[in-house]
Amino acid sequence: MSTTPSTSRPQRPKAGERLADWADGRLGVYTLAKANLRKIFPDHWSFMLGEICLYTFIIIVLTGVYLTLFFTPSLNEVVYHGSYKPMTGVRMSEAFKTTLDITFDVRAGLLMRQIHHWSAIVFVAAMFVHMMRILYTGAFRKPREVNWLFGFLLLFLGQFDGFMGYSLPDDLLSGTGIRFLEGAVLSVPIVGTYLTLFFFGGQFPGTAFIPRLFTIHILVIPGIMAGLVVAHLILVFYHKHTQFAGPGRSERNVVGMPLMPVYMAKAGGFFFLVFGALSLISAFAQVNPIWAYGPYRPDQVTTDAQPDWYMGFSEGLIRIMPGWEIHFLGHTLELGVFIPLVVFILVLVAIAVYPFIESWITGAKREHHLLDRPRNAPVRTALATAWLALYLVLLLGGGNDLFATHFNLSINAITWFVRIGFFVLPVVVFIVVKRWCLGLQRRDRDKVLHGRETGVIKRLPHGEFIEVHERLSQERLHELTAHDQLKPLELPPAVDEAGVERKVTFGEKLRARLSAAYYGEHSQVAKPTTKEFEESTHHH
Amino acid sequence: MTHQDRNAADHLPESGKPGKAVDPFADPGLPAHEPRRQDIDELAARHSERVVTMFFLLAVVAAFAFIACYVLIPKSKVVFIFPWGHVMAQNFGLGGTLGIALLCIGVAAIHWARTLMSDVELPAERHPIEAPPAVRQQVFDDFRQGAYESGIGRRKMLRNAMLGALTIVPLSAIVLFRDLGPLPERKLESTAWANGKRLINMNNDQPLRPEDIAVGSLTFAKPEGVQESDANFQEVMAKAALMIVRIMPNNIKDKQSADWGHQGILAYSKICTHVGCPISLYEQQTHHVLCPCHQSTFDLADGGRVIFGPAGHPLPQLRIAVNGQGYLSALGDFDKPVGPGYWERSA
Repeated sequence: MSTTPSTSRPQRPKAGERLADWADGRLGVYTLAKANLRKIFPDHWSFMLGEICLYTFIIIVLTGVYLTLFFTPSLNEVVYHGSYKPMTGVRMSEAFKTTLDITFDVRAGLLMRQIHHWSAIVFVAAMFVHMMRILYTGAFRKPREVNWLFGFLLLFLGQFDGFMGYSLPDDLLSGTGIRFLEGAVLSVPIVGTYLTLFFFGGQFPGTAFIPRLFTIHILVIPGIMAGLVVAHLILVFYHKHTQFAGPGRSERNVVGMPLMPVYMAKAGGFFFLVFGALSLISAFAQVNPIWAYGPYRPDQVTTDAQPDWYMGFSEGLIRIMPGWEIHFLGHTLELGVFIPLVVFILVLVAIAVYPFIESWITGAKREHHLLDRPRNAPVRTALATAWLALYLVLLLGGGNDLFATHFNLSINAITWFVRIGFFVLPVVVFIVVKRWCLGLQRRDRDKVLHGRETGVIKRLPHGEFIEVHERLSQERLHELTAHDQLKPLELPPAVDEAGVERKVTFGEKLRARLSAAYYGEHSQVAKPTTKEFEESTHHH
Repeated sequence: MTHQDRNAADHLPESGKPGKAVDPFADPGLPAHEPRRQDIDELAARHSERVVTMFFLLAVVAAFAFIACYVLIPKSKVVFIFPWGHVMAQNFGLGGTLGIALLCIGVAAIHWARTLMSDVELPAERHPIEAPPAVRQQVFDDFRQGAYESGIGRRKMLRNAMLGALTIVPLSAIVLFRDLGPLPERKLESTAWANGKRLINMNNDQPLRPEDIAVGSLTFAKPEGVQESDANFQEVMAKAALMIVRIMPNNIKDKQSADWGHQGILAYSKICTHVGCPISLYEQQTHHVLCPCHQSTFDLADGGRVIFGPAGHPLPQLRIAVNGQGYLSALGDFDKPVGPGYWERSA
């Protein structure tokens, strides 16, 4: 299929070309299109994760706008007389009533609600997995640190907007979440009570918080997020996508297929796959059945009260914390609630600042466009997995009541497991994963030096059995040795050239030690050298 | 400190070229393109084309089915579908047809891309993100020129006045937030309970008598005069919600707690002292109550003491007695603020 369309211009341009000329004369679209129409994107399944985030964001906006057409964000009380008979005569807020109306009286209203909610769940999950992909492969390194921060902010805002969104129907479950929010804000030293009364426009629950949350949920945060999404994408285009090392793939190029037509079709098609899958999930799987919970009442609660999954780790923090309180001079420092609040932020900030810490330790100033295989960055991979272990054990803590009832375990025992696991598990996971990575590196080294095990057993004339090893192809040899291996930083000499003693700062010492921990002999298996390789090939 | 950057060019094809020692790990370059069946067999290409077309057409059919579901299936219709059970027919139909329509478009586009569009991998060069030194110099020169022409560096008074104006004017907007809500003052310290207010059963809206409360039972109550139709009902109940238990007097470990009750009838705040969930799980044998939100556990036989979980202080107890007409009534408000702790709370 080597025919290419003719590029010579006919006498009179076609209508499409005239339109394009018109646009170019006013918007300069040709310069943009020249750089981007045939822009090359590399292919790897994990590059699809970010796309899921983008598409679910779009689906959330579309369905969200539809929901605003019917939802009334008000805490004014009404008595229900709609078509859902079990609620007849029940007092409820207008927010809850209109959510029931959307569910039972607007055709496709329930479907839109469910797509909106399911998409939010998938959105945050996709952002989380996407972020872990970036972290494990080192895609956050220069020049992409700023884009990492944009992505982190999107995850952070996405979680909060999800929380606010599922709080809007003013049902019994989400109202309990808002009550928790009240208690959490109250615990803030000195200003907690002021913040609480200002937020609720008086004492909890008041009538102000739903309209206020509504504005933040549908305007402020999505507006910021839309800006961040655009900036995130512009930077992806500007930096050009990262790729894994391989034959013909280096730091200086990007190998793949062009945006037009391949990625327009693939990425465009994938949007419909994501939307279609979410529609099917929303048709077949119920989410947030607010009609079963009933309207919010501060004196009522359901058991198994659980936030959506992305708030689960903060729920775990709040559940495992001992009830510490400090009393002095007529004041109370509510550490049992305030410490989890602070740790919640710190757990997230730890991941946000990681790229800057790593680049400080490595001192790397060059651009990185080739991705690391996770095994080739053992300390980073171990740290990321330790963080994940912390996150997951907190998620487990957030569902301690469910685990207790479903598995017939003692809730106290689970809570104690999480309390201890919070400190111990990340350390254990760090050690295990680091060793695991080193084991994989050794395996790569063996494969390079001794080839692939073919499974073919050969008997030698003198009776010995050996397994035949096959030398790797040049492509594989290159792939398995393409990664950089940094050496630990050395402390600058204690005496400078002029013979004057210079002071080695604490920062320099710390950096040297961390660098040794990252790149010392216990943290990486040396790649085979040319000499070793030649010796091994002579051997066989 | 020495820079650690190994030159990225180490791994470029050139380094494997003759002249230097031969690098056994050299990049062999992009592998040759292997044609797909559709690239060399026009029949296979036609088949792919038909498959793609079929999926686009299926999407159209599903879209019509979606409209049909919207128009034809009554909103309240419930049907039994295995293995889901009873489901709302319209949601099931609408979501199913919409999902199929969208999936078909997606499958068609991706199948088209994978089978019929070129799959030749192309390399594109990367260029450094940072500008060349000459550009950098130009920008710095321009900036200095601009700064010089503005005089901002020399005219310090002007600069400071500007900074002052640009700081104070936006900061003045802070006052706008004052009317978001009232000041806390002592609002969190009191509830609707007061001396003489009878305890009203939440279930039947009737004042409670001691004989209504059996040993081992759990009863929820509100203060006399509070109606569900009140405008501030939610606000009042967020603090005044009460739970009443009856424990055999010899099982009550805390003397004051027993004195504040009536013949083993004890009234505690229902609002958890952790973050304010209404506590509702009562274990009558141990006299423990468990908050379903974060599992704080309190011993009602021991003055509402915390025995497990994240709560930091005991549940406040309401002093009750039997009034002249034989009804349970409060002898005052809670002695301590109910609910979660906060900065101004004294012990």
